[in-house]
Amino acid sequence: MKPRHKKLALITLVVAALGVAVALVLNAFNSNLVFFFSPTQIVNGEAPTSRAFRIGGLVEAGSIKREADGLTTTFVVTDTAKSIPVTYTGILPDLFKEGKGVVAEGRLGSDGRFTATQVLAKHDENYMPPEAAHALEQAAKAQQTIVK
Amino acid sequence: MIPELGHFALILALLLALTQSILPLVGAHRGNLTLMGVARPAAQGQFVFTALAFACLAYSFLTNDFSVENVARNSFSQLPEVYRFTATWGSHEGSLLLWVLILAFWSTAVSVFSRHLPEDMAARVIGVMGLISVGFLAFLLTTSNPFERLLPAAMDGNDMNPLLQDWGMIIHPPMLYMGYVGFAVAFAFAIAALLSGKMDVAWARWSRPWTTVAWAFLTLGIVLGSWWAYRELGWGGWWFWDPTENASFMPWLAGTALIHSLAVTEKRGAFKAWTVLLALVAFSLSLLGTFLVRSGVLSSVHAFATDPARGAFILGFLAVVIGGSLVLYAWRAPKMITGSGFTWFSRESLLLANNVILIAALGSVLLGTLYPLFMDAMGLGKISVGPPYFNAVFVPVMVPALFLMAIGPLVRWKEASLPDVATRLKWALAVALAIGLLLPLVLDGFNPWASLGFFLATWITLAVLAGFADRLKYGQGSLMHKLSSLPRGFWGMQLAHFGMAVGIAGIAVVANYQSERDVRMEPGSYAELAGYTFIFRGTTEHEGPNYRAARGTLEVSQNGKPVATLHPEKRTYNAGGMGMTEAAVHPNIFRDVYVAMGEQLEGQNDAWTVRLFYKPFINWLWFGALFMVIGGFLAASDKRYRIALRSREVPKHLAAQGA
Amino acid sequence: MKRWLPLVFFIVLVGFFAKGLFLDPREVPSPFIGRQAPMFTLPLVGDANASFSPADMKGRVWMLNVWAPWCVSCRQEHGFLMQLAQARVIPIVGLNWKDKDREAEALLARIGSPYMAVPEDLDGRVGIDYGVTGTPETYIIDQAGIVRLKHIGPIGPEVWKDKFEPKLKELGA
Repeated sequence: MKPRHKKLALITLVVAALGVAVALVLNAFNSNLVFFFSPTQIVNGEAPTSRAFRIGGLVEAGSIKREADGLTTTFVVTDTAKSIPVTYTGILPDLFKEGKGVVAEGRLGSDGRFTATQVLAKHDENYMPPEAAHALEQAAKAQQTIVK
Repeated sequence: MIPELGHFALILALLLALTQSILPLVGAHRGNLTLMGVARPAAQGQFVFTALAFACLAYSFLTNDFSVENVARNSFSQLPEVYRFTATWGSHEGSLLLWVLILAFWSTAVSVFSRHLPEDMAARVIGVMGLISVGFLAFLLTTSNPFERLLPAAMDGNDMNPLLQDWGMIIHPPMLYMGYVGFAVAFAFAIAALLSGKMDVAWARWSRPWTTVAWAFLTLGIVLGSWWAYRELGWGGWWFWDPTENASFMPWLAGTALIHSLAVTEKRGAFKAWTVLLALVAFSLSLLGTFLVRSGVLSSVHAFATDPARGAFILGFLAVVIGGSLVLYAWRAPKMITGSGFTWFSRESLLLANNVILIAALGSVLLGTLYPLFMDAMGLGKISVGPPYFNAVFVPVMVPALFLMAIGPLVRWKEASLPDVATRLKWALAVALAIGLLLPLVLDGFNPWASLGFFLATWITLAVLAGFADRLKYGQGSLMHKLSSLPRGFWGMQLAHFGMAVGIAGIAVVANYQSERDVRMEPGSYAELAGYTFIFRGTTEHEGPNYRAARGTLEVSQNGKPVATLHPEKRTYNAGGMGMTEAAVHPNIFRDVYVAMGEQLEGQNDAWTVRLFYKPFINWLWFGALFMVIGGFLAASDKRYRIALRSREVPKHLAAQGA
Repeated sequence: MKRWLPLVFFIVLVGFFAKGLFLDPREVPSPFIGRQAPMFTLPLVGDANASFSPADMKGRVWMLNVWAPWCVSCRQEHGFLMQLAQARVIPIVGLNWKDKDREAEALLARIGSPYMAVPEDLDGRVGIDYGVTGTPETYIIDQAGIVRLKHIGPIGPEVWKDKFEPKLKELGA
């Protein structure tokens, strides 16, 4: 093969590979990016009901309740300003505790109740999930301007 | 006293690293043999002092010296001795010290095993590694001193994160770092070649075994991490596409591309510039990975804002090392003359395709990992890119590479005949297609992903066998004799490829046929999963060295025959009161039965939520990866690298001229 | 030119990092720095007949501390403000922000007041003029009534040393 042809073949190959990769990435980004919303944003109606997203904040003290089946848990996620009730069926991570940070992924029902498919387990007690910390920060700012 | 000694040893190591880098590099530039000769003793001395510093820190941990801040924050008096030792590298500072130690170890290894190299090449390689040591030692000493005293001393430590108190975590970081830092050798060889302007076949041959060993270590490190996550997180998952995992996976992808393109450069003298670039990229990604994980940037982009000194240093260091090497590359790349040509169907072209695909896959992982960071940095909101993205992009991109991987080793260099290869592989293709299509039908009905996995695994395995058949056609003697006289490089490659096939088979089965249940259990109650019956016998109190646990007993049986008695635990650690699930696993070669306890249900007599998993073929994953690791070590130990090198030794006066 | 591509790609990457990593989310540049402090006249807490206006402070360098009795972080910095007041480092005016329950007077009587005056901003309108996003926020205003520094969040010895002291030295106070 002549060098010129080789170069052409190489470029074609690279462009084709890049094209496939870009197409896949765009497609995957479209359907698989998970957005994050704080309880305040959800109460304000900013969160979609049509797709899954993440919610973060603190587990409100005294809000964890277990259904009779032992596996379904309901609790309230709060960013200290607004709260959203959450339902989850399954075993919760070790670090899931009242008053601690939590991030849950799932969908928002039309009744305003969030049904989680996943409650995120994190590796470290001292580590606040960044989304949860972000929600609290936002709420802290908002609270000081809105409440009272 | 001991911590101060360690601190002092680190300072001396920094001075030696400066010596190790500056003098030999100047010497190589000027052709001064005396200056070049400094490289080896300086590197070895640097290793001694770094090791001393590390030993001092380990001593402080082992003796519970809570007047050292690092110890107070990351250890605990009740912690078992082995974890007190591993806590040495559990913190940011400690892990950086381990990094530096391993870098010094590799430098010393190069200094010992480089006798056959031209003096200027060895001096440059060791010098460049010294420069990296300087950066890391300076970072340690200026912003992250592991020996910082805490006054007044703490009464007791904060304890190590319980999740890290596991066998897998004892060896995972050192192996991972052996891999990361091992790429520094390939990097140093590439820089040395760029500096000297001699990018010949010999250069590829020198750096190839080092790169392969580093790659094998990195593979081992990643697999240990995955194995740890599987057993210890209690979720039965083995790969989460977590940024931390991606940070180690990206250098692996680049390294895999590198060992393949090095083969082309060594055998055919082609792809020189590309190979050099990959060597730079592989190590750059290792650096990026280390810093991404250690700096806490991944949990929040604003992590640096809390400690701007560290952030500035890291970014500056990355900019100098990576930016500098890329400038050097851009400046010197035109000097590299590409070797002989090849046709569209040849070993070269297939390896090129492998490289293009691996880099595309790497790009997709890099994008997915950094995208949330970018969005956050630009103030465009918080998003997360989860496993669905990676599965949707990474898997389809990699499939062609896995398909071609079977063909590559059977195709001749330079020019091959497609009909010829097609004839040789037509049976393999037919059998693989049949198995891919039929096996899922027999197991559980049509399943395209399982089919794809089975097809690829069979296809690669049969091609490996065809490769052996090819080699054994010629020559005399018994089969055993012929097998043992095959070069280790060939064995290594085939073993690694076979390992890939085993791993793919494992993934295909576990991803498509695993099952799990969350159940509520009280003493005497039972649950069924995948043909197994689990009877819960309640829990007993159990006292560990630094924790208390409720230890459950589950009897597992199949068709009335007992299989195992499992004891999962729910632990509460004494230091932080942190709760942790310790799963219990009964493994065999075809499946794992995996049990993890959830929570005790309030107001009920010893009733618990329990998570049951049936994980078929999961262990094939670890075995497959282990084959790849062994394959890597075998290939690197090929005697060709030792014998052929000696005959190529360049007379010293000629070597000096290259400067 | 393609040999420069890796470098270009890397530089873009570093640019992103540098921008993102060093953006401190707390550092909101205030448009008021270097401008005249907004004027107001507000009644004082505990003495509705007396009032306070920035004009009263003409010729002095002073500190406006926006706080509220319901604000937890304000309680955190209270101790340090008391020290500042006792050492007479700088006159501190405490703008009592959105204290709808009128708790300020009782609270200050109980825990002590670091303030030379506590104007009452019941509806938060003055706070809006100053661009207050939350409490506590603190401003340094110079002899000519120009805002020289804005700090969001509680003040402690470190913040004081790193941020306030150099500015005060510069202003000659």
